[in-house]
Amino acid sequence: MPDGGLSAENRARAEAIVALYPQARSALVPLCHLAQSQHGYLTEASMEDIAKLVGCSPAEVRGTASFYDMLHTEPVGRYVFAVCTNIACMLAGAYEVLSHAEERLGIRVGQTTHDELFTLEEAECLAGCDKAVCVQVNHRFFGPIDEEAFDQLVDDLAAGHLADTVPPHGVLNRVSRAVGLPAKAAKAAKAAAAGDAGDTPPNGSRARSGT
Amino acid sequence: MITSHPRIVTSRMDYDDSYTFDRFLATGGYDGLKKALSMTPEQVHDEVNTASLLGRGGAGFPAGRKWSMKRPSDVTYLVINGDESEPATFKDHMLIERDPHQIIEGAIIAAYAIGATAAFLFCRGEFALGYERLLQACNEAYGYGALGPDILGSGFALDLVIHPGAGAYICGDETGLLESLEGKRGFPRIKPPYFPAVMGLYGEPTIVNNVETMANLPWIVLNGGAAFAALGQGSSAGTRLFALSGHVEHPGWYEIEMSKTTFRDLIYDPSLGGGVRDGRELKAFIPGGASSPWFYPEHLDMGLDQDAVGKAGSMLGSGSIVVMDDTTCVVRAAWRITRFFARESCGQCTPCREGSGWAEKVMRRIEDGYGREEDLDLLMDLCDNIAPGLGWPPKQTTICPLGPSIPSPIVSGITRFRDEFLLHVKEGGCPMPPDEVRHA
Repeated sequence: MPDGGLSAENRARAEAIVALYPQARSALVPLCHLAQSQHGYLTEASMEDIAKLVGCSPAEVRGTASFYDMLHTEPVGRYVFAVCTNIACMLAGAYEVLSHAEERLGIRVGQTTHDELFTLEEAECLAGCDKAVCVQVNHRFFGPIDEEAFDQLVDDLAAGHLADTVPPHGVLNRVSRAVGLPAKAAKAAKAAAAGDAGDTPPNGSRARSGT
Repeated sequence: MITSHPRIVTSRMDYDDSYTFDRFLATGGYDGLKKALSMTPEQVHDEVNTASLLGRGGAGFPAGRKWSMKRPSDVTYLVINGDESEPATFKDHMLIERDPHQIIEGAIIAAYAIGATAAFLFCRGEFALGYERLLQACNEAYGYGALGPDILGSGFALDLVIHPGAGAYICGDETGLLESLEGKRGFPRIKPPYFPAVMGLYGEPTIVNNVETMANLPWIVLNGGAAFAALGQGSSAGTRLFALSGHVEHPGWYEIEMSKTTFRDLIYDPSLGGGVRDGRELKAFIPGGASSPWFYPEHLDMGLDQDAVGKAGSMLGSGSIVVMDDTTCVVRAAWRITRFFARESCGQCTPCREGSGWAEKVMRRIEDGYGREEDLDLLMDLCDNIAPGLGWPPKQTTICPLGPSIPSPIVSGITRFRDEFLLHVKEGGCPMPPDEVRHA
């Protein structure tokens, strides 16, 4: 069963992310990305972990996640193709490319191949219109893509040639926030040490301390 | 007219390593911030007012005036909107990927001017590479001392969080974005209060500015608001990034002087768009993102000027121009944009939620050859229910502007190309050729 919660390492990363925000709930979407980087999608257990970390119910995590296209509550392939068919790409033949993709992969839009390698999605504008037809694989940009280029892309991915550019599905970033504790918290701590608490922000927006 | 003007937001784009900290520092990086910190926040604000910098997100509201609306409070947030999702808009995507440091520098300047206590940069989730580069740039800014408890020895403190979105057009709306940033579904907030400057993130006064707006600030501070206002004309001051796509020889982003350069220049000049593909005829073009009513060949000589385009019944919006040549099926084009709105409607307001889906189905059946003549009146009536009167700017029956944007492509198409719609009905199918795949 792949249905696990956050790993110890990711739990530590999650706590560091929560600490960046004045209110923990703000970390919900970033934590969903973190959970997806571990499992490729949002498992039940990871949604429960996120709920505890941000202080809401697991249902609220699911309810929020289901609003967003990038967050998956069901397993997807290792590589998720998003073929943009919005106006600029459509004018460059996106629906023809999408039909070709369905044929090449042997699946329809929304489906995953039997070997769990590829999922095909029809995307809204991805802001790659100067390279229409624009295709993303796990949110890495490729374009312009015609039928031939799509086939090449499938072959390269299957052969592992693009491992450096395209991490497995769910990995949004390979750079982490490394520095920068909340300045207000640091300042407040300094002020408190000097016996002056006058700089503490009022009400609910207090920077989280102890980080 | 193609003018020679300084490149304000694209000055580093000739370098392959434009996004690196080394290149940023070697090309004047943080000079604007250093100068800003030597001024008072009010002086910085004055320069931005003098510059007449219009917000670059889509609504075109003067940035300096937005800052003035801030409710005085001990806590003020700055939120940078990098959730670029308007169809055919790809300028912020480029700025984020190619010059993330410039945006961060602009954000620190803005935070200083408005007295922000913390800043959040909301980066569209689909921009994975851009998000990584922003995170990297943010780490480097902290390392350099440009962020943190005592910025470059000035005593000014600011934290910046780079926040990833997760794929929802509606989060480009500023209150939808704030809801998303609070960890919820991106539902735009009911007004009043009308402005996040009064009640925004966590209920505190919040200034929400676009990425490109921020990217202009270092130059404005360094060169003065007057130098910026000297470019362009009237309220359309400075240069602006335009995203050109569709049936054009050279799709791409172009920084050009506002107002003086015309749509014809942008689409046809060899140094810019290079003309309609294969020398074909222009049928129509979208002047400012998918939400804007369409323009036609008779509008080509209009300057890229916010007021002029507004007076002509459309908007410069997000600065994205989509060219459609004479092979384009207007029913298909309008249907695809309608479908976008139907998919991205958040579902809070009935006219938008129901109207977009209904309109999309009717448009689709016309394109597929199952349409009826009376469908045209039905569509117009439906659009009139979403935005009564069908004027421009549209009347609003919904919380946010997504709803009133739905009629734009439909009304444009039916009003201008009624015969082509009727031909679909008469012939029982689409009379236009299929879209041609563009080869690399």
